[in-house]
Amino acid sequence: MKTSKFLMSAIIAATLFLVSCSPKDADVQAAIQAKEASGITVAVAKGEVTLTGEVADEAAKAKAEEIAKAEKVAKSVVNNLTVKPVNTPVVIAEDPILVKNVADASKDFPTVKADVKDGVVTLTGEIKKASLITLMQHLSALKPKKIENKLTVK
Amino acid sequence: MGLQDKYKALTDAATAAGISDLAVREQDGILYVDGTAADGATKDNLWDVYNQIDPNFTSGDLVLNVNLSIDAAVTHAKVITKSSNLNIRKGPGTDQPIVGKAAHDEIITLVNRSNALWWLVRTKDGEEGYCYAQYLEAQ
Repeated sequence: MKTSKFLMSAIIAATLFLVSCSPKDADVQAAIQAKEASGITVAVAKGEVTLTGEVADEAAKAKAEEIAKAEKVAKSVVNNLTVKPVNTPVVIAEDPILVKNVADASKDFPTVKADVKDGVVTLTGEIKKASLITLMQHLSALKPKKIENKLTVK
Repeated sequence: MGLQDKYKALTDAATAAGISDLAVREQDGILYVDGTAADGATKDNLWDVYNQIDPNFTSGDLVLNVNLSIDAAVTHAKVITKSSNLNIRKGPGTDQPIVGKAAHDEIITLVNRSNALWWLVRTKDGEEGYCYAQYLEAQ
């Protein structure tokens, strides 16, 4: 009987101990979260910190990891942050280059007239439907700003 | 409806087809879709999807630039004109004199691909010059 009472109290003590552990994770989470930049989500489980979200660059990703590691109670840090892809602007060919390349590309389509102005290729005349895709494919590779297709498709 | 929504079927198809370096960018009311396809059939399939969304490509709101990936080790190319001979020119441009011709379906040797539009080639007869790359398929 005494043993079972002892066991019971041991279980209760253990449970209390375990319960007291989880708020600690929450505390660590709150402490790190407060220091991290917005957009970063901090999760803590059994002392293991996981960072998720999207940051602007590699430096920001490394810094976020440093902040988490600086928290002494953090056992380990899993850095699952992703770097936002850079959206470089679309490069449009200069008119003199585009004029030459459009002339080359449309040479085999004698019923098509192609004019270039400010990066816009304007197509007039007529074309067979089967040839249209080929012409469009050729022109699209030349980095035009826009292809204004006014062709009559036969 | 936004452009990205209008052409969602196209960008989805590009993602599904495993187009590498896929970039979808909207600039000044035009959508630019760039990427590299593994083969010609994949590229043609994307153009078919484009043609379904915008029949005969009359909207002028998309520039679809899908190139074909070419292994650096490739040394030969097939002439893929519809049926005619392919001109071989002295320099890269249709203003350059014609120095030879390659037959439809002929396999020719690639000498240099540093110019993306005009490849330097050599025929089995030893004629060397520039051909329009769109009419060549790397072998």
